Amino acid sequence: MTLQAQDLTLALGGTRVLDGLSAGFLAGQVTAVLGPNGAGKSSLLACLAGLRAPDSGMVLLGGVPRTDIPRRDLARRIGFLPQTADVNWDVDVGTLVALGRFPHRGRWGETEADRAAIAAAMAATDVAALSGRVVNSLSGGERGRVLLARVLAGSPEWLLADEPLASLDPAHQLDVLDCLRGIAARGAGVIVVLHDLNQAARVADAVVLMRCGRIIAHGPPEAVLTPALIAETYGVSAHVGHTPDGQRFIIATGRC
Amino acid sequence: MSRARILLLLAALVAAMLLSLLAGKVWVPLSAWTDDDPRWLIIAELRMPRTVLAALVGGALGLSGAAMQGYLRNPLADPGLFGVSAGAALGAVISLFFGYAAAAWMLPTFALAGAGISMALLALLVGRSGSLLVFTLGGVILSSIAGSMTALAISLAPTPFATSQIITWLMGALTDRSWDDVRLAAVLIAIGAAVLAFTGRSLDALTLGEPAARSMGVDPLRLQVMIVVGVGLCVGASVASAGIIGFVGLVVPHLVRPFTGHRPSSVLLPSALGGALLLVVADSLVRAAPTVSELRLGIAMSMLGGPFFLGLLLRMRRQLP
Repeated sequence: MTLQAQDLTLALGGTRVLDGLSAGFLAGQVTAVLGPNGAGKSSLLACLAGLRAPDSGMVLLGGVPRTDIPRRDLARRIGFLPQTADVNWDVDVGTLVALGRFPHRGRWGETEADRAAIAAAMAATDVAALSGRVVNSLSGGERGRVLLARVLAGSPEWLLADEPLASLDPAHQLDVLDCLRGIAARGAGVIVVLHDLNQAARVADAVVLMRCGRIIAHGPPEAVLTPALIAETYGVSAHVGHTPDGQRFIIATGRC
Repeated sequence: MSRARILLLLAALVAAMLLSLLAGKVWVPLSAWTDDDPRWLIIAELRMPRTVLAALVGGALGLSGAAMQGYLRNPLADPGLFGVSAGAALGAVISLFFGYAAAAWMLPTFALAGAGISMALLALLVGRSGSLLVFTLGGVILSSIAGSMTALAISLAPTPFATSQIITWLMGALTDRSWDDVRLAAVLIAIGAAVLAFTGRSLDALTLGEPAARSMGVDPLRLQVMIVVGVGLCVGASVASAGIIGFVGLVVPHLVRPFTGHRPSSVLLPSALGGALLLVVADSLVRAAPTVSELRLGIAMSMLGGPFFLGLLLRMRRQLP
């Protein structure tokens, strides 16, 4: 199963945020989308999730144009975790996670499958213990995990997450990254916008480097997160090293 | 809200409606409930339609308020916010201005036309965007235009009698309503309420914000149309039959929300029941109050509203850091 962006162009307020962008994403993989501010990462995600219609080009889900797929079907297959984490009412964690079943639920209440999916999502993100708490009283880390659980409860084939690690401490960042890996390992495709090159190196099977609405490079992290491509994308010189246990790390050493 | 609490609210509503049949300037005891007793006429032709109308209007306003608050994700949103009640009021005022209201069916017809026109204008203004911001601003603009036209009508009224008629009507009341008024309101409110009942789950999804709701399959345009039609019918019919009665739609959802787990869809039904209960009780009180001329219901409700919001503000201030 693939999710493909084909020649996407999008202008917002007179500025081109996507400029003839094409990319294919594979299920069972974590793809990290990286790039400087204003590169069009969130716009790409919004087009893939069907929240924005591109000015030209199209998104194909399993080879079928997105616009030919019914809204409810699309909602079942693509889960979207937005960047802003507002929860407008003082609902509790259980209620919020159950909202993830929205595209699946019939008019007459929860089924056994709904309850199982909710429980599995809460277990995967380790929020079962928070079930009765009010979401708006949680810490930033707990809240981030609860919102992720909401998306997982919909058991989507694709998880599109826009900077899910913002406002998390390092330990919870690692937890969420592991959780994303777990989702991909179970066969879903994960596309995640990240800001931290090291997190991308840790989690991603494939990395997309974007700048000015175009793709600079798309490939495995070892091939993409190189000093030359990082300089081209961000305009910084970078040092790539390895920890004693073999993990890559990248440090921006200065503007170039 | 648990089923037991909803039944409790329903029982309280039925009890209040029965009591309200007894209460008034003339106390009619239960023993008079036979065709032989002439006081039966007071019950059947004056108090019954009035009580039923109070419950209908209160329920419509409470439900509309809950739906608007869920839709705008703002606990201070009011069903009057998007111009329908101002439009309906303007329609009614125009019929009074030209003296058409001599025929009993003219005023509600004009009020409903006003509500319908303001709904259509709002739909035109918002277009196909489905945007909340345009929706809110459009409603505020329509409200203020309709309000200024109403003020113009008052200032240009041909006779002092028309002026006082307009002002009195605007204050909102349920005095002297007939079964015809009830029938008209009941049909429109039933349709509006049915439409709003179907928005519940989409309102729940909106808890997570618009992008997340859309990604879960909520159609923002369809939801907006349902809100405009549902709230428009409920509020339009309420204003047409009772004038402007504020506060109910704003405060009732507020009061019931903590008992419902805060989920927008579960606030809807309790808000309708609570709104009906509040208005039946308030209308019985203004009717039974020992004042020379009857206290206007709309004024009584807005007098309740001020202190309520003061209390709310003080509580909010205590919670601030």
